[in-house]
Amino acid sequence: MIRDYVNFTFKNVKKRGLRSWLTMLGIFIGIASIVALISLGNSLQKGITGQFSGFGTDKLTISNAETGYGPPGSTTIKKLTENDFNIINNINGIEFVIPRYVRSAEIKYGKVSNYQYVASLPIEEGKIKTVYNALNLKIDSGRLIKEGDTGKVLLGNNYFKEDIFGKKISTGKSIEIQGKKFKVSGILKEASTFIVNSIILVPEKDVKELFNIDNEIDLIVVQVKDEKNIKNIAEDIRNALRKDRNLDIGEEDFSVQTPEENLEAINTILSILNLIIIAIASISLFVGGIGIANTMYTSVVERTKDIGIMKSIGARNKDILLLFLFESSILGLVGGIGGVIIGLGLAFSISYMASIFLPGLEITTFGIDFSILLISFSIFFSFLIGAMSGIFPALQASKLTPVEALRK
Amino acid sequence: MNIIELKNAKKYFKVGDSLVRAVDGIDFGVKKGEFISVMGPSGSGKSTSMNLIGSLDIPTHGKVFLDGIDISTLHESELARIRGEKIGFIFQNFNLISNLTAKENIMLPMIFQEVTKRERINIAEELLEKVGLSNRMDSLANQLSGGERQRVAIARALANNPEVILADEPTGNLDSNNGEMVMDFLNKLNKEGKTIIMITHEEELAKKYSQKIYWLKDGKIEKITRGKL
Repeated sequence: MIRDYVNFTFKNVKKRGLRSWLTMLGIFIGIASIVALISLGNSLQKGITGQFSGFGTDKLTISNAETGYGPPGSTTIKKLTENDFNIINNINGIEFVIPRYVRSAEIKYGKVSNYQYVASLPIEEGKIKTVYNALNLKIDSGRLIKEGDTGKVLLGNNYFKEDIFGKKISTGKSIEIQGKKFKVSGILKEASTFIVNSIILVPEKDVKELFNIDNEIDLIVVQVKDEKNIKNIAEDIRNALRKDRNLDIGEEDFSVQTPEENLEAINTILSILNLIIIAIASISLFVGGIGIANTMYTSVVERTKDIGIMKSIGARNKDILLLFLFESSILGLVGGIGGVIIGLGLAFSISYMASIFLPGLEITTFGIDFSILLISFSIFFSFLIGAMSGIFPALQASKLTPVEALRK
Repeated sequence: MNIIELKNAKKYFKVGDSLVRAVDGIDFGVKKGEFISVMGPSGSGKSTSMNLIGSLDIPTHGKVFLDGIDISTLHESELARIRGEKIGFIFQNFNLISNLTAKENIMLPMIFQEVTKRERINIAEELLEKVGLSNRMDSLANQLSGGERQRVAIARALANNPEVILADEPTGNLDSNNGEMVMDFLNKLNKEGKTIIMITHEEELAKKYSQKIYWLKDGKIEKITRGKL
């Protein structure tokens, strides 16, 4: 019986041809935008989360309270010092502490010179590796800087790929930093972030010499022993620095950032973004639902005679109601399935285009992430919209008396 | 016992401020196996009477009994079921569902009576053979000629093996050859034991095929005459 109704319904939908497709367009657009945007959004969220967790959930960054723009530590009023380093180093639960230096420097290659940020690499091999892992740095050509290296520089991929200095820089060449020659030890693999691609890494000893740094530290990175304690350790560092600087809570001129805090902030923004996307797509779905209702009302008027015929040959109100409800549900369902296919196609195309035009982005950052749950929910939801939009027209159809319906 | 019985049935409509007495007190009874015609000029209340006789409409006054049951006491769904089971309709303009095939049109009334699919197919194919349209089984209703459509309509009316066939001007839209073929069918069905009620304005047909003719005028029965059968 149900199968007969479905069969009958498909015939009616097919009979109306173009009009059925136009009716489903609203649902197509709504579902397609939901599926495409959520798939892309999820993958973006995963990608960004991945990058942050790549930095490690067992590391803390201490910097001075920022004044505004520029890399961490470069624009602060009061610098961190060796004293702060020692205080932090004495806190329980810490594996080791890495001082980092980030400075703007004049870089010269050939005849072209300009200003770029230069960052330090720590002295000990273990700490160097920590920096490489935290920033997910991989070598493209040449080799990474090791403990004991001096007068060497590691460059981000942009210096090899783009003509920043009028020509490309490759491994083995020399560049001048603040007037001193450095040999390019290696070029890093292209990464998904601009910061890594334009990085210039120099051994700590060289940086300190170049900028005559004695006591100051731009940034302190803390590796904790057990990431479970990271929040407590962050709090211990805050307390110790506050005590040393004689500051009350809220007066801090430094900041201790845990990776979780960064992640939470970004996740909140992305969730809001997702909500906005869903809200916009819902409007389209609502309009799609009205489209279905409109088509169904027209269908009731057009098929009044058929309703009369069916009633005269034994159809009950319930049968007519079901027939029309099936029809609107099928419009919703087919619209939903089409929307999912179009949406996934759209998401794949966008991610493909992104990989062509923004090659630095890893596929995880701008790939697509679709779940069976999202697809099933979208299809079920569009089916539901179809069914709900059909309720009133179907009720109207079912209540027609055979005589008045046949008279049409 | 009468299969269908109307007792002082009246059907009034309000049109604006005036009251139209389309059927104004009809007593009518049909027994199993009878061939009855209802005659009358247009506006005499033929169509409204047919609606009451076929239980498609409920009288404003009086009673209509279908197989001894007062239809006004039945719930909509029960009435629909009994109507589908007891009465087969043949209409002047065929009233087939245009986007269904001949076979599907015949199967439709059986769907509403919840007949199994296998049985539906068997019965529909049998009936199509009976009306000589086995070769047009899968043609859409709107691809058939007028005569073929009316034969499909007859087959559809027979689908649930009803006791009564109610034919409203069955030859009205057909040429004389096809008209005759349809009438021969009805005659044959009557011989096989079906009760036939035909609404017509063609006196010749009424006289030739029916046993009893009800003459309507102004919503009332003017006279009842005997046919040639």
